[in-house]
Amino acid sequence: MREKQIENLKDYKYGFTTDIENIRAPKGLNEDVIKFISNIKKEPKWMLEWRLKAFKRLKNLKEPNWQKPKYPKINYQDLYYYSAPKSASEKPKSLDELDPKLLETYNKLGIPLQEQKRLNGIAVDAVFDSVSVATTFKEKLTKQGIIFCSISEAIQKYPDLVKKYIGSVIPITDHYFATLNSAVFTDGSFVYIPENVKCPMELSTYFRINASETGQFERTLIIADKGSYVSYLEGCTAPMRDENQLHAANVELVALENAEIKYSTVQNWYPGDKDGKGGIYNFVTKRGLCKGKNSKISWTQVETGSAITWKYPSCILQGDNSVGEFYSIAITNNHQKADTGTKMIHIGKNTKSKIISKGISAGFADNTYRGLVDIFPKAEKARNFTQCDSLLMGNKCGAHTIPYIKNRNADSKIEHEATTSKISEDQLYYCQQRGLNSEDAISLIVNGFCKEVLQQLPMEFAVEAQKLVSISLEGSVG
Amino acid sequence: MLEIKNLKAVVENKEILKGLTLSIKPGEIHAIMGPNGSGKSTLSNILSGKKGYEISGEIQFENSNLLDLEIEERAHKGIFLAFQYPIEIPGVNTNNFLKTSLNSIRKARGQKELDAIEFLKLIKEKATQLNFDQKILSRQLNVGFSGGEKKKNEILQMSILDPKLAILDETDSGLDIDALKIVSEGVNKLKNGKNSFLIITHYQRLLNYIKPDYVHVLKDGKIIRTGNFDLAIELEKKGYQSL
Repeated sequence: MREKQIENLKDYKYGFTTDIENIRAPKGLNEDVIKFISNIKKEPKWMLEWRLKAFKRLKNLKEPNWQKPKYPKINYQDLYYYSAPKSASEKPKSLDELDPKLLETYNKLGIPLQEQKRLNGIAVDAVFDSVSVATTFKEKLTKQGIIFCSISEAIQKYPDLVKKYIGSVIPITDHYFATLNSAVFTDGSFVYIPENVKCPMELSTYFRINASETGQFERTLIIADKGSYVSYLEGCTAPMRDENQLHAANVELVALENAEIKYSTVQNWYPGDKDGKGGIYNFVTKRGLCKGKNSKISWTQVETGSAITWKYPSCILQGDNSVGEFYSIAITNNHQKADTGTKMIHIGKNTKSKIISKGISAGFADNTYRGLVDIFPKAEKARNFTQCDSLLMGNKCGAHTIPYIKNRNADSKIEHEATTSKISEDQLYYCQQRGLNSEDAISLIVNGFCKEVLQQLPMEFAVEAQKLVSISLEGSVG
Repeated sequence: MLEIKNLKAVVENKEILKGLTLSIKPGEIHAIMGPNGSGKSTLSNILSGKKGYEISGEIQFENSNLLDLEIEERAHKGIFLAFQYPIEIPGVNTNNFLKTSLNSIRKARGQKELDAIEFLKLIKEKATQLNFDQKILSRQLNVGFSGGEKKKNEILQMSILDPKLAILDETDSGLDIDALKIVSEGVNKLKNGKNSFLIITHYQRLLNYIKPDYVHVLKDGKIIRTGNFDLAIELEKKGYQSL
């Protein structure tokens, strides 16, 4: 570890780097690099063909530019698309074989992988740069027929399932970043919950970007078969670097009849320094398909990191009576920017969706909620409730709410509420009169503001997320 | 305990307090009465440290110069203000708020912080003592509280935090007679001969329940008369105009 860097971690405690020997694909984006990735992952031919098809498509696509936060042009030929610790190139059979440097890294991040120290009731898949380095509690889950492994492993071991569902929610033709991901995705998690199984523990993936000049293109696929239930959580951190790094993930969820998927994100990628230098570009496509009747998909996100967060976890409510939910906290401080929200596409009858979005801006940050509620002609009695609250701290930041509503069914009901507020001097005064210092007072008020969303998180993570909310805003009181 | 000397306060170029002098000893109850706009609330704001005033004069609280201290430092020293209009903080549980508040003060004083169980025990004891319904504690802080509930909540907070000097800023306004009784009984139960109270009010009626040692009349930014309870009765009869 680089001691000096660790000393400077007061603000972002996950900013250290791990000195580890890497295997990298040659720099640049071309067919050879895609073949390199597919080859090193020992993928079947169909997977490579799928990737190449996406790549071919990519050449005809343009990067979108309608988003509010603008960024300098990314030179896609100047990135590495694959980087993995050399020691993990042959995935270790057991944790005893795992490189101690990797174990140490995850320990420092508070995600112990060793058997005796594991978090109770949470199975973890640890993704380091482009590869999954370990998955815990695999055996216990296997007994119930649950598959929880890296997507690379799933492509080899469960090709039929992967083939059937990959790209079924986010087609390879979708948009620039999703298509780019389809061409070069490296690793991520795969989950399959069999019929009528309630997954007995939280499944979680911990994404870590370590290498420099490297993009991370994770791919996650979760399938909940009929009548099943799963709660899944992802966490993300990265070292502090002066450069901007690209994270363009694709996450696909499929819920069949009567199934429920709860997907939570605590995103804490490196946000850049106080002057806006460095930080992750978090351009992510997340989409869930409520395919069967009475299915439910619920997204909860706590977005505190990244220089730019640009994502809209969405639900396609295809099955009759299906339910989509989106609970979001997006915090931007200093020079961070966010353009985030959701899309709720009501196709089936009696479909319901609920959107609760809490945006907090401090410093020079800019925070946009952008959302779409789209009711199809046949979506009789569809219902949506949207609530967007923005909180401003200081007078140099911005908050924007851009809701799009398309309603093609007269039977449906759509409600939208939006508020923008500031932490009032009176609230601070009241708290301070009761003995709280101003930082604690702000943390209390902000956590109160976010409560509806925080309480959606699995209990094990709610406390952590609350702390994160407070830390993200430290120093924002002027 | 509290020595205010020649206190002047200006806000937006307007002089509100024009040389106020007041001394409160441990265990005493002082009432400040006065017409609207006489500077009563300004006094309580300045004592608790609210920003936005140009201040001259001296305020000594125990051994410290109060004007040098931040709002929360004053709270740590034992100054409590029961607000005229308690502030709503959505999403924040009243119980948690009180616990955070108490522990912030205990921590600043170098005392051990209370854990959840110890705190619940304390709050149950105090609520029973004051005859308050504990239900409000599980609600969001002051959100949707009736006027009476807000004021009762202030008194409960006061009893938990056990201040040396409690300032009650028009706590009686907006209370019906029953709530007024409960609130004033609460104050009476908290008296222990060492702590002091500064009660700011328009009317004599609160003073029927909380007997003050001294009554001061604040008019035009100055204390123009000081007396005992009889002064309050006189004011009620004749009004402030007579002074």
